[in-house]
Amino acid sequence: MKQILCPMNGLRDIDEFVYGGVVRDMPDTAHCSDEDWSEYLFLMDNTAGLVREWWLHSPSGYWFIAERDTVSDVISATFDPSLFFTWAAAEHTQANSDD
Amino acid sequence: MPLTLIKAAFDRAIGKAVAADLPTTPELKSHYDVVIVGGGGHGLATAYYLANYHGITNVAVLEKAYLGSGNTARNTAVIRSNYLTPEGVEFYRASVDLFQDLSYELDFNMMYSERGQLTLAHTDANLRSFRQRCAVNQHFGGRTEMISPDEIRHLVPSLNMHPGHYPVLGGLWHIEGATARHDAVAWGYARGASRAGVELHQLTEVRDVLVESGRVVGVATDRGRVGAGCVIQAVAGHSSVLAGYAGFKLPITTYPLQAMVTQPVKPFLDPLVSSPSLHCYVQQTSRGEIVIGGGSDPYPLYNTRATLGLKEQLVANAVELFPRMGELRTLRQWAGLTDMTPDYSPVMGLSPVENYYLDAGWGTWGFKATPIAGKLMAELVAGDGGVPRLMQPFSLERFRSLNLVNEMGATAASH
Ligand SMILES: Cc1cc2nc3c(=O)[nH]c(=O)nc-3n(C[C@H](O)[C@H](O)[C@H](O)COP(=O)(O)OP(=O)(O)OC[C@H]3O[C@@H](n4cnc5c(N)ncnc54)[C@H](O)[C@@H]3O)c2cc1C
Repeated sequence: MKQILCPMNGLRDIDEFVYGGVVRDMPDTAHCSDEDWSEYLFLMDNTAGLVREWWLHSPSGYWFIAERDTVSDVISATFDPSLFFTWAAAEHTQANSDD
Repeated sequence: MPLTLIKAAFDRAIGKAVAADLPTTPELKSHYDVVIVGGGGHGLATAYYLANYHGITNVAVLEKAYLGSGNTARNTAVIRSNYLTPEGVEFYRASVDLFQDLSYELDFNMMYSERGQLTLAHTDANLRSFRQRCAVNQHFGGRTEMISPDEIRHLVPSLNMHPGHYPVLGGLWHIEGATARHDAVAWGYARGASRAGVELHQLTEVRDVLVESGRVVGVATDRGRVGAGCVIQAVAGHSSVLAGYAGFKLPITTYPLQAMVTQPVKPFLDPLVSSPSLHCYVQQTSRGEIVIGGGSDPYPLYNTRATLGLKEQLVANAVELFPRMGELRTLRQWAGLTDMTPDYSPVMGLSPVENYYLDAGWGTWGFKATPIAGKLMAELVAGDGGVPRLMQPFSLERFRSLNLVNEMGATAASH
C-alpha cells in the first residue's frame, strides 16, 4: 500500500490519511466582495503537476502539509503546518517590500 | 476450402472493397468554422449534430489519443434519469429519450438494453430521499416508483436482502434505467459526423488556446496551429487544463473513478442494482460479464492508476450484494479521470472567452448525457447566441450568482 511520511507519526499507510484540499489563502471575509468569495469557494486551479496540500493523519488528528505531484502521485515532501504561517509571513513581507 | 468461401472472397476482391467506418486522420487545414477539442462521446456527438442538423460541416474534432479513449471507454454505462433536481431530471430525461432511438438515428447498434435500475434503501433517510426523487421523476413523466422488499425479492432473487448488515427497506425502481455499448456511442456518432463532412483528427493534442482581445481565434496543437471561428472543449478530466490554456478557472477538480468487470457467466441479473450506502453498483452486460462500479478515489489525481484498496472494497461490497459472485474472477479493472463539480451538475455553455464554449463537469454521470449534451452544444454554437433552455441551469455563471443545482442526493453512489 502507498505510504505517507507524516511529520509527527512517521511512515504510515495512506488509508490513515484524509485529503484536506490545496493550500491557499482565504480572502478577508470582512472586506472581500461576493464575487471574490464565490471565486475562492468554487473556482479551482486543479493543477496537473506539483501542489501543496493539507492532509490529516486521522488517528492522531494531526494536520500537516504535503508537496505532491498530481500527475505522478509522488509525494516529494511533508511539512509541519507551522511552516504555513512562516510562508504566509514571508509572502507578506515580500508583498510589503514590493510597494 | 468450401467453394462458396472462395467465391465470396473473389466477389469482394473484384467488387467492392470493405469501406472503413472511420477515415484515417487527414492533414490539418489552417482554419475551421468550429474546432472541437476532445474526441469522446460528447465531442463526437456535438460534431454529429452540428453537421447533420445545422449544416455546419467545416468542423474538426481534435483528439490527443484515439476516438473514445477517455471516459467514454471507461464508464459503466448506466443510463437513467431518476435524479433529484427538476433541472437534472428534465435534462437527463431528454437524453434517455434520444438514447432510446439512437441505434436508428445512427444506423449503428448501440445494444441499448432497458433493464430497469433498482436503487436500494437501507435507512429511513434513504427512503425519504427516494420518495422525493420518485415524485420529481413522475412529475416530469418518468417511469419511476417505490417498491417493497417483497417486490425486490421477486425482481432480483439472487440479491442478499441483508448486505453488509444493512436491511433492504425498499427500493427506487426506475423502469427506464438502461445500459448500452459505450464504444458504439462514440463510433456511431463519429461515423455519422464523418459521413457528413466533419474531419476527425486522432493523435492530435491541443497545447494552447489562442485568444485575442477576449475572443478565441484558434488552438495550437502538436501538429501545428489551427484557426477557428469558435472552439468547444469537451475533455472530461482535463477540463481545467484546457480552460487554463484559455485563461480562466473552472469549478472542477479531477478525481479518478475506478471500475472493474468479472469473467462472463450465464445471465442471472436483469436489472441494474445500486446500493448508495455500500457505495457499490452492479450490472450484468449482454456478454454476461458483471460490471462493478462505486465511489470516487479519496483525493484528486490526473492518473488512471488503480489501487488495490479501492478494488478490494468494491469487490467486498459487490459480494455482499450478490454472495454467489464470490466464485467469479476479475477479468479487467481500470480507472478514468472525472471532472467533478461541487454540485454534481455539469458546466455547459458560455465561458469568459468569446466564442469559446464549455462542455465540462461531467464527472461520474456524463455518459448518459452524451446525446443531449451533443445536441444542445450544437444548438448553442449554431444559434444566434441564445443558450438552449435545458442547458441554462448549468451555466458557469451559476457559481458567481450562487444558483447551484445540487444533485448531491442522487450521487451517493457515483454513476
Ligand atoms: C469508471 C467510470 C464509470 C462511469 N460510469 C458512468 C455511468 O455509469 N453512467 C454515466 O452516465 N457516466 C459514467 N461515467 C462518466 C462518463 O464516463 C463521462 O462523464 C463521459 O464519458 C464524458 O464523456 P466526454 O466525451 O466528455 O469525455 P471523454 O470520453 O473522456 O473524452 C474526452 C477526450 O478528450 C481528450 N483530450 C483531453 N485533453 C486533450 C487535449 N489537450 N487535446 C486533445 N484531446 C484531449 C481525451 O483523450 C479524451 O478522449 C463514468 C466514468 C468513469 C471513469
